[in-house]
Amino acid sequence: MILRELSEAFGVSGNEGDVRAIVLDAVRGHVDAVKVDALGNVLAFKRGTGRQRMRVMLAAHMDEVGLMVVGHDNDGFLRVKAVGGIDPRLLPGTILQVGSERIPGVIGVKPIHLLKKEEHEKVPKLEDLVVDIGAKNKDEARKLAPLGTYATFATRFRELGPTVSGKAFDDRAGCAVLVELLRGERFRFDLHAAFTVQEEVGLRGARVAAYAIEPDCAFALEGTIADDIPKDKDISPTTELGKGPAITVMDRSFIADRRLVRLLTSTAEELGIPYQIKQPGVGGTDAGVIHLTRKGVPSVTVAVPCRYIHSPVALLSLDDFNNTVRLMRQSLSRLTRRALEREGSETLERERSET
Amino acid sequence: MEVIPLLKRLSEADGISGYEGPVRELLRQTWQPFVDEMREGKLGSLIALKRGTGTEPRPKLMLAAHMDEIGLMVTEIEKGFLRITRVGGTDRRVLLGLEVVVHGRRDLPGIVATRPPHVLSEEERKKAVPWDKLFVDVGLPAEEVEQLVTVGDLISIRREMAELKNRHVAGKAMDDRACVAVVTLALEQLAGMHHTWDVFAVATAQEETGLKGAITAAYGVVPDLAVALDMTFGKHPGVPDVEGFPLGKGPAIGIGPNFHPGLVKRLKEVAEAHEIPYQMDPIPGRSGTDAWAIQVTREGVPTALVSVPLRYMHQPVETLAAQDVERAGRLLAAFIAGLEADFLEKITRGGDS
Repeated sequence: MILRELSEAFGVSGNEGDVRAIVLDAVRGHVDAVKVDALGNVLAFKRGTGRQRMRVMLAAHMDEVGLMVVGHDNDGFLRVKAVGGIDPRLLPGTILQVGSERIPGVIGVKPIHLLKKEEHEKVPKLEDLVVDIGAKNKDEARKLAPLGTYATFATRFRELGPTVSGKAFDDRAGCAVLVELLRGERFRFDLHAAFTVQEEVGLRGARVAAYAIEPDCAFALEGTIADDIPKDKDISPTTELGKGPAITVMDRSFIADRRLVRLLTSTAEELGIPYQIKQPGVGGTDAGVIHLTRKGVPSVTVAVPCRYIHSPVALLSLDDFNNTVRLMRQSLSRLTRRALEREGSETLERERSET
Repeated sequence: MEVIPLLKRLSEADGISGYEGPVRELLRQTWQPFVDEMREGKLGSLIALKRGTGTEPRPKLMLAAHMDEIGLMVTEIEKGFLRITRVGGTDRRVLLGLEVVVHGRRDLPGIVATRPPHVLSEEERKKAVPWDKLFVDVGLPAEEVEQLVTVGDLISIRREMAELKNRHVAGKAMDDRACVAVVTLALEQLAGMHHTWDVFAVATAQEETGLKGAITAAYGVVPDLAVALDMTFGKHPGVPDVEGFPLGKGPAIGIGPNFHPGLVKRLKEVAEAHEIPYQMDPIPGRSGTDAWAIQVTREGVPTALVSVPLRYMHQPVETLAAQDVERAGRLLAAFIAGLEADFLEKITRGGDS
């Protein structure tokens, strides 16, 4: 499946080239036009079959969180900073790939034997961590991994049966869903797919993509938090693995358009596709900037629940993935201008009379 | 034998303390061409004998490198997630997001579960996750997990060795498989050399849980002399200067109460005579190695420690310089080949050592 290739690709924010190449390859022949914009977004266009000139944007981000080299120690170690929301708790003990040559590097910490009592409870700060690529000294380190070199986890994609594991499912899972949708039949409306860059550093790519596309409505496709491991208190699992695609009503970045939420839930119920509402409040997606584009764009987020996102290895259910593709396909095939009508909206009344 | 492929095979083999089976079998095959006989100790150590050429009764040298590694064990199954505890000194600060293998009714790939930073409080983000909040996820439905996994099942770390620059390698269980490699290289070299003493090469079991294999194997072997091989701390940011040894500058020879001065002196002389770079590792008391147990076996055994510097000990990225392993192997082989029949009397006579 394309998720394997996408997951193993190197694509930290600002350096999405490898992912872009895979995406371009995957959609070519299935779309009417495809281009790369000024920031590096892949914008693909698939004409609709209907006479209605409705423009629907589907967005999934290609970038992943990672590290960037910001300095070199005399002993040849690399100093790094986070690109996006990297959790320093997860870094000790990991193997990384550094730079386009994918040089292996490791992050280790002071051995447990030498820790003072209170140090056992502490998480090392990112500024105290170094990446070891085996360089002899500062000069060699500088040559192998110059300032600005990107690094990401060196994690293989694996099949665990009903689930699969790998890095960067946030948001290569969304990218894979979008590829599947583009490879299918045309919809009635014009489909504008955006594989966006730099989501993890502030939703940068989606902002300009949405401006260029000028959509009537938008769907952000994501790999979202499934926090369903056992806990002391029964607090939010955000979403749960195996319970179907997660539909966002509200997160930190936006309030989803109610009509689009209803389209998704009613489609799911009618066809017996499992779905869940993502517990409100947590996270943010490209929809956060898309819905504010130009005069505003009704938007919603649909996501594949993923355990352990932003960590070296995430896990998702293949049923959830397939159901996300199915729910999107079925919902989109029911999407008409009428679905976006608001009672008493004169603008839309007029637009309808024109078609 | 090429050292890096050897390190890769040894590091990637499973063998948690008390369950050294897979790595023991690998070693049995690896050592077979170089030794005269092999047996398994009662606690699982692998004991190999390479006879010397001296007249009987020949004095006996014991080499000890432990083959067990640290790991995890299932303590409870909750909603399909596995609660865990550690076997040996596993460092919970490096577990989050780690790939593992659960040795259930069949081997199951798994991940140490972690809650995303998005949902954690400021406080939680700064603290290492305690054992009672660590789980392993095998990505299967709860009912299937109940059928495949039992409390007490072992969990190994899953880590392919990585080759860094300058022949540095990183992986799990380099502590102490790198020294098992040292012994292997020495045995290979001895095949083409004469040595007077009998050599008992022992891959000890259960070192990480309290030197158990060395205690019992040394009792059984009854050595006249012993050299333990283990890892010492490599130098890297976070390690105090006096604790850390640079990689690539040769093996370290221990000095202190755990080690016989005459034996230490001989090892240094051999290193110098063969132009093998080495470092001195002062250990003022408990060495925390098999040498600590062997020294006080039966009536006492003159013991030494040769160690290989290792960065990030007890983490799944244990890193070392392959050339240090090769040098330790050469040092050991040269030391053994040079052992004269009356070496023991010389160093235990008191006086000039």
